[in-house]
Amino acid sequence: MKILTKWLRSYLPGLSVDDAQLAEDLTLRGIAVEGIYDLGPDNGSLYEMDITTNRVDAMNHYGIAREAAAIYGLPLPELAFPIPEPRAGGQPFSVKIEAEDACGRFTARILRDVTIGESRDWFAGAEVATYFALLEQKKISNAVDATNFAWLAMGQPTHVFDLDKLEGGIVVRRARKGERLKTLDGVERVLDADDLVIADHKKALGLAGVMGGWDTMITPDTKNVLVEAAWFDPMVVRQTARRHSLHTDASHRFERGADFNAAPVASAIVSAILLANGGSIEGELVDARVPAAEARTALRKPVALALSEVQRILGTTIDEEGITAATVESVLAALGCGLAPAVRQTLGQNSWEVTLPSWRLDLEREIDLIEEVARVYGYNRFANTLPEFGGGVRALPWAEKEATARSTLLAAGFHEAISSTFCSATEGALTAPQPGLVVPLGNPLSEEAGVLRPSLVPGMLTMIAGNLNRDVNDVRLFEMGTVFAGTTDKVDERPTLAFGAVGALPQESALHSGRAFDFFDVKGVVEQVVSRFETRGIYFDRFPADAGLTPQWLHPYRSSRVVADGLTVGWFGQLHPREAAARKIKDAVLLGEIYLDRLYKLPLRRPIAREVSRYQPVRRDFSLVLHESIHWEKIDSAMAGLQIPELAEWRVREVFRDARLGAQEYALLLGATFQAPDRTLREEELQKFQAQVVEAVGKAGARLRV
Amino acid sequence: MTNENIPNLTGFDEAALEKAFASLEAQARESAAALDAEAFRLQWLGRKQGLLNEVSDRWLKAAPGPAKKAVGQRFKVLKELVEALLEGAGPSDAATDAALRAEAIDITLPGTRRPTGAEHPITRTLNEIVSVFAALGYSVGVGPEVETDYYNFECMNFPPGHPARDTQDTLVVAAQERKPLRDRLLLRTHTSPVQMRTMEQQPPPVRIVIPGKVHRNDAADATHSPIFHQVEGLCVDTNITFSDLKGTLDHAMKALFGSAVKTRFFPSFFPFTEPSADVQISCIFCGGKGCRKCKQSGWIELLGCGMVDPAVFAFAQEKQPAYDPKKISGFAFGMGVERIAMMKYGISEIGSFFAGDMRFLGQFA
Repeated sequence: MKILTKWLRSYLPGLSVDDAQLAEDLTLRGIAVEGIYDLGPDNGSLYEMDITTNRVDAMNHYGIAREAAAIYGLPLPELAFPIPEPRAGGQPFSVKIEAEDACGRFTARILRDVTIGESRDWFAGAEVATYFALLEQKKISNAVDATNFAWLAMGQPTHVFDLDKLEGGIVVRRARKGERLKTLDGVERVLDADDLVIADHKKALGLAGVMGGWDTMITPDTKNVLVEAAWFDPMVVRQTARRHSLHTDASHRFERGADFNAAPVASAIVSAILLANGGSIEGELVDARVPAAEARTALRKPVALALSEVQRILGTTIDEEGITAATVESVLAALGCGLAPAVRQTLGQNSWEVTLPSWRLDLEREIDLIEEVARVYGYNRFANTLPEFGGGVRALPWAEKEATARSTLLAAGFHEAISSTFCSATEGALTAPQPGLVVPLGNPLSEEAGVLRPSLVPGMLTMIAGNLNRDVNDVRLFEMGTVFAGTTDKVDERPTLAFGAVGALPQESALHSGRAFDFFDVKGVVEQVVSRFETRGIYFDRFPADAGLTPQWLHPYRSSRVVADGLTVGWFGQLHPREAAARKIKDAVLLGEIYLDRLYKLPLRRPIAREVSRYQPVRRDFSLVLHESIHWEKIDSAMAGLQIPELAEWRVREVFRDARLGAQEYALLLGATFQAPDRTLREEELQKFQAQVVEAVGKAGARLRV
Repeated sequence: MTNENIPNLTGFDEAALEKAFASLEAQARESAAALDAEAFRLQWLGRKQGLLNEVSDRWLKAAPGPAKKAVGQRFKVLKELVEALLEGAGPSDAATDAALRAEAIDITLPGTRRPTGAEHPITRTLNEIVSVFAALGYSVGVGPEVETDYYNFECMNFPPGHPARDTQDTLVVAAQERKPLRDRLLLRTHTSPVQMRTMEQQPPPVRIVIPGKVHRNDAADATHSPIFHQVEGLCVDTNITFSDLKGTLDHAMKALFGSAVKTRFFPSFFPFTEPSADVQISCIFCGGKGCRKCKQSGWIELLGCGMVDPAVFAFAQEKQPAYDPKKISGFAFGMGVERIAMMKYGISEIGSFFAGDMRFLGQFA
């Protein structure tokens, strides 16, 4: 919205501050001036304003003058426009409000023998040509310009009809279903039975509070006019405007609540401007009012306000005197409130019954008045105090677990990412851990974002593909976020962790080349994360490819489930080559998802220290030959089954295949370390342990390579 | 080494001792010049076969009573010499230096790094904000990202028909039309619903910060994203005032942006607070002098806040009668995390946060 300081100052002759200071003072009181443009000598400035939607009353020149008057304690002259004495007419013009719920007031004034022509600066207080030029507002004709002037001056929409096109008096009524009306924008509209129209005795003339009609508009030949200034119900105007996809200045104001008492003043401005170019008034102003609407607006019940409540809510001011009764009274009076001492005993001393101005429909309750006091007094005149506190501080119950999982991934060299909350229905179906429980959106941002993500995998794949497309070939990312499962009636949210990697392990040094990231690297990440939690047992497994239990996005033979304490806590492995190809990814993508809600059910592992042995460890290697069908897990459990206290540790040192082995056989080098906490192991003991190992792995199906 | 390394002493008189020790001292000087430090140390000071041990065993211990003192004194002098020689042995030696020179490396080559991952700048900023308020006594709360119309709008005092309720601004779950308005599911447009969820679960006093992800049906541009994060705060107790709100946020902004930062408050409008305020901080780039970042104003708008509207307390009273607006009062505030992170880290495109670009994220390691 644009405001001319020249125009504004015409309402407030006593205003002595300059335009810059005025802008700052208004802004700090919530009437925000976003930009100031100097218009040259004697022209003042143009303010670009941003007024919050609750303050429609301040979206015009007089409204802002009222704010300035309150800030500086200046008297604000009432808006008044002298109009000529009316010529006596015959019967008063007929105005009938049929839809009393929707139209609270309708004023009509008849002007005869007007001359439609170009606007000029008509008289003091109606400098149409000057102000419009400064605002770069197009001049159209004195009739249209007059209504625009009233709008810019005081924010009251008005309308002017060509009286000779009317058939009978005015009726404000609901439209008839299917009734037709060509509006001023030239659009032929079919009306809804809920639309509010201004009609004559035969036809609809205009959409009330939204837009006038084509057939009764002012033309250069118009001689006699009817000036309308009215008050319409906000909700009715909003719904009418929405049904017809119209957003006009008039509908904007009426939707947010117009001033019930503004109609006669606005009518006077429009009439005065039109008559400046000739013509006369016929009869008195016709003013139809609905008492119920007036009671809801201009004649609302007073609101009780107590100084003690003002102080309880607002607190300490920098100025020692604080907010006094005098402060409250002067601020509210300047804003147009009436203050009478409270009659109710319960309110105590320094309390008032406050009558509310008709233009401030946003003021309804005591707290609204307290806000006005704070606002005009100035927010920055309040002190900075800190409330007392004696309570404890609680973190989220899973905060430490979440931090642990995050720091493990960070230490493993994965960057944290945040991806879209949405994915396509296809991706949703591919990655949902519970098929069918994908939640669609009613108004998605795009087709690719049609559903709430059931998994973090779609986002991970999008980010990996994005990096590869930008020639960033070594990617390691993780995300911790919410995934959604359910129906359009009930949606479950769970925290989940996903990670993905492609390309080479980061080069450890400029002098050594890296190697490709593989399945076991991601398995290691999963092991590291899960092992931060206290479990009785963790295992990894997979299902037969045709069982339909492996997530479809994973390679059926290079993927694994991870189970902790009997609960599936995640899946990971290589991206299914079909999905990689669909995304034009050539390198193997390793990725996985960990269901944090399940992991968080486990306590974090609390380390317990054991005595470190001071005695020499002894390492023995066993070169084993195994059939392809015998997996490491079997050897591993055979070793665990030995339960030799001195068997400190065992691991795979190497796995290899060579031609000298039998068909479907492979070799595995098993390294075992023996150590006692209290002595150096003797050779005889070691030989006994060795024999036990050979026997156990033999039972598991391994033979020693000779 | 054997015993032949030092001769047997022929006598314990002064002259014999003088001669014997002089010869050993000469020998020590010779080997110190020829050997590197470790070899010299082994030869003379070795625990088992060092020459000094041998002298001690064969000369000192064998000395007859009257001569013991004289031998002892000379042994002490010899030992000091050997130790002094050991200190000077080695580095100065040309041969040793050549051997070390052969092992020279280019120390200007880059160091070997084990790269660690980088925490997301949003996580980092969220944690920073939360910890500032934790220090002021605020607990942490969270709430669902899919909310009902009741929690997102109705109990936050948005009247029916408020523009924010429009699907042009809010993303909604499909197939809600047949449900009563208050039960319709949508993606929360702010973290404020958690204010009500918190108050429903506990009577006052409340001090809570709520970090979280929110969504709006916004077209993406450099500073707008349909996905973003907020930190919400709520403080309710007896005697919580507008000046407490000012003091709390002034303190928090100084903790986040440095103690030189100033704040100023000006009126704003939110359905769920009254009085409502927008908070500006003095520009952290120019210190308030005016620059491109603050559009020459010296101030940057950072967050919205206000005193909790009595209408909101009235909704809370349905489950917790203690939220009587005549007896308690409170303030709430909310800030956009992306905006703060963009300022703190000099990020110009909000979309960078959600693209997963390794080059962008790696900068926060």
